[in-house]
Amino acid sequence: MTFKSTLLATAALMAMPMMAQAETLRWARAGDALTLDPHAQNEGPTSALAHQIMEPLVMRDMTGAMVPALATEWGPSADNPNVWEFTLREGVTFHDGAEFDSEDVKFSLDRAMTEDSDYKELLASVKEVRATGKYTIEIETNGPNPIMANNLTNMFMMDKGWAEANGAVKVQDYEGGEDTFAAKNANGTGPYVLVSREPDVKTVMKINDNYWGKGEFPMEVTEVIYTPIQNAATRVAAMLSGEVDFIQDVPVQDLGRVAGTDGLEVRTAPQNRVIFFGMNQAAEDIAGDNVDGVNPMSDVRVRQAMSMAIDRVAIQKVVMRGQSAPAGMIAPPFVNGWNEAMDSSSKTDVEGAKALMAEAGFADGFSITLNCPNDRYINDEAICQASVGMLARIGVTVNLDAKPKAQHFPLINNLETDFYMLGWGVPTYDSEYVFNFLTHTKGEKYGSWNGTRFSDTDLDAKIEALASETDLEKRNMMINEIWTVVQEEQLYIPIHHQVLNWGMSSKVDTIVAPDDTAKFKYFTLN
Amino acid sequence: MLTFVIRRVFQSALVLLIVGLVAFSMFRFVGDPIDNMLGQERTDADIARLRTDLGLDQPFPVQYVKFLKGAAEGNFGVSYRQGRPVSTILVERAPATLELAAVSGFFAITIGIGLGVFTAIRRDGFMANMIMSVSLIGVSLPTFLIGILLIYLFAVELGWLPSFGRGDVVNIGWWSTGFLTASGLKALILPSITLGLYQMTLIMRLVRSEMLEVLRQDYIRFARARGLKERSVNFRHALKNTLVPVITVTGLQLGSIIAFAIITETVFQWPGVGLLFINAIQFVDIPVMAAYLMLISVMFVGINLIVDLLYFAIDPRLRVDQKGAK
Repeated sequence: MTFKSTLLATAALMAMPMMAQAETLRWARAGDALTLDPHAQNEGPTSALAHQIMEPLVMRDMTGAMVPALATEWGPSADNPNVWEFTLREGVTFHDGAEFDSEDVKFSLDRAMTEDSDYKELLASVKEVRATGKYTIEIETNGPNPIMANNLTNMFMMDKGWAEANGAVKVQDYEGGEDTFAAKNANGTGPYVLVSREPDVKTVMKINDNYWGKGEFPMEVTEVIYTPIQNAATRVAAMLSGEVDFIQDVPVQDLGRVAGTDGLEVRTAPQNRVIFFGMNQAAEDIAGDNVDGVNPMSDVRVRQAMSMAIDRVAIQKVVMRGQSAPAGMIAPPFVNGWNEAMDSSSKTDVEGAKALMAEAGFADGFSITLNCPNDRYINDEAICQASVGMLARIGVTVNLDAKPKAQHFPLINNLETDFYMLGWGVPTYDSEYVFNFLTHTKGEKYGSWNGTRFSDTDLDAKIEALASETDLEKRNMMINEIWTVVQEEQLYIPIHHQVLNWGMSSKVDTIVAPDDTAKFKYFTLN
Repeated sequence: MLTFVIRRVFQSALVLLIVGLVAFSMFRFVGDPIDNMLGQERTDADIARLRTDLGLDQPFPVQYVKFLKGAAEGNFGVSYRQGRPVSTILVERAPATLELAAVSGFFAITIGIGLGVFTAIRRDGFMANMIMSVSLIGVSLPTFLIGILLIYLFAVELGWLPSFGRGDVVNIGWWSTGFLTASGLKALILPSITLGLYQMTLIMRLVRSEMLEVLRQDYIRFARARGLKERSVNFRHALKNTLVPVITVTGLQLGSIIAFAIITETVFQWPGVGLLFINAIQFVDIPVMAAYLMLISVMFVGINLIVDLLYFAIDPRLRVDQKGAK
């Protein structure tokens, strides 16, 4: 692999002047990992911590590209399109010295498919995992799965023997009332070894001297001290006073402050998260509006008018202080299926919107309640407030109802809201993920986050067909067709792509990963 | 005496049960824990299964009775957020809060009494007036703002003290203490000032007004006339007589220092039970919220019970009445 050799060369170059000396990186972010059990919580900070200690078969590097981790080669089998073959890396050991082989992979994947696992949906298409040799593994799916490997980038490998010896075969459960060993301890193959951990207080990791990738990655950070600091002002203060070297979430209002301080730097990159509004577009009358007998948002012209009333550039400038990228589609830019034309299609046209409203028979407008979270996305409530004023310009009177996320999201899931804000990230970097959850008719297996009541059986069939279409060119065309419908129907009102801000002291050097997961083996130090 | 105690204990237990019931009836307004517990890929079937597993589909009185049954056996359940037993987490977190409360209580009492006496004696002095005016600011500024201001001044600008956390702690058995390391002691300073400032001002103002009252009394004048030293008049005769109401108020305030450490702990990322509670609310971690609320109400009820019993011991009239009634 050419990628590997270039990395090797650069790593070797960088490793030369820098001899083995303790280089501690003090890392802070708003939240702590919830558990060390790698299959219990599919959640950002939890897998970010796990990535330092444990490894998946394939992973994403800091640019978002898929690179080998514990598997060196992978691909669909030539004989059977339903089977993916993985060749495992040889000579890898876990932190306790145990050898890594196909038994561990089978054990880990089987564990991730159990009922209590938070990752089982990503493996829902898997029929069986087979260890065909010491370093080969086969994953058989129900029907071909062209993006099998994309689903594995956060699927961490555990040692079978360790799990069995410590009663950690089961994913942690909440009913037992017992501490599970794997929630507090970790034995991975990763670049850092867990030294100590107090949940919500402090986690210390040191470099793994036996790491397989030692010459391949910079690995200049030899110790990581991770402290969650929840309060944004305190987090920034800790950065300004030099008590931490690296923070992942710099509040928008403090960006200038941090960037303007000597010895500190803010780096910015588009995040894998798009923010948008969803609308109930069912034909029946809705309770949340003031028009009787009809749901105004069931008319595509009204939806388009609402989208045209939103001034995304103003939101970017005023609410986000420049820290967002206006969006025209509900997929982040690195996702397969994203295209620039669609993403720049939103434009503000108040007069045009008014004309569309009149055409649809709502020249006098209507009133509607907008449900909005206030502790989930960057400036979420402020975006909604700004939108209220913008929608008023075309006669849509919006009552804003902002709630904490724990109260907001159930409204979407229980179909109790007619107009709501939602943000979406795409861990598989493929549009299918967006369609499965947001576009497909809401039902048992699909559409669980589709609060729009939109339902189109033809489109559903197309979405389901994506899962097994192995001809990638054809598949991309299908993706494009589905996006065209989503755009024409104005299924959602895209607002913007969030931007990530990482604050770091000038001794730290890294690029910003779009999935907000810092992998310290890639970090270099000045 | 015994009847009185028994009656008070029963009343306290009843109060506790009612607090618990009200708490449980409120939990569903905090939000739905299921959503935080399952990832965004979860299906409706997962939601339904977990809801049944956790008993969240049952009406809240049933959940409450289940909680009480567990609590009676010392089992407060498993935290939804951390997946560990709540009792373990509480034991782990309690030392941080108790040490913070003790230090800020000590700070509030010593400085409060000292400044109170000073401002009473020099009631027209420039310094005393300054202290009184500044103390007004102390009372009127919200805790989080004081905390942020202190962090800004001492951590960011001067770089003397840490802005967050407990520093290095030493474990003595299950108790983790920050008293034994330099970084632990340094880390205590800003949060204890933040937490104790309000109580300090309160005690100071109370001592001052009591002192002013006492200093006007005849026996102080006679003491002065006898030619006693000013120091001895102020501290041995005057201060002693002001302390009774001060002790009452301080006792009650101690409970609120522990209970309201929440904001200070959030600002300073202090790993105590208050921060745990805030996290629990955000995550809708019902077992942790329930255990914390019960713990705090046990504490308040306990303090009130002790205060009542003390009154009983101090005030003979109460005893006579009880006997008469019998």
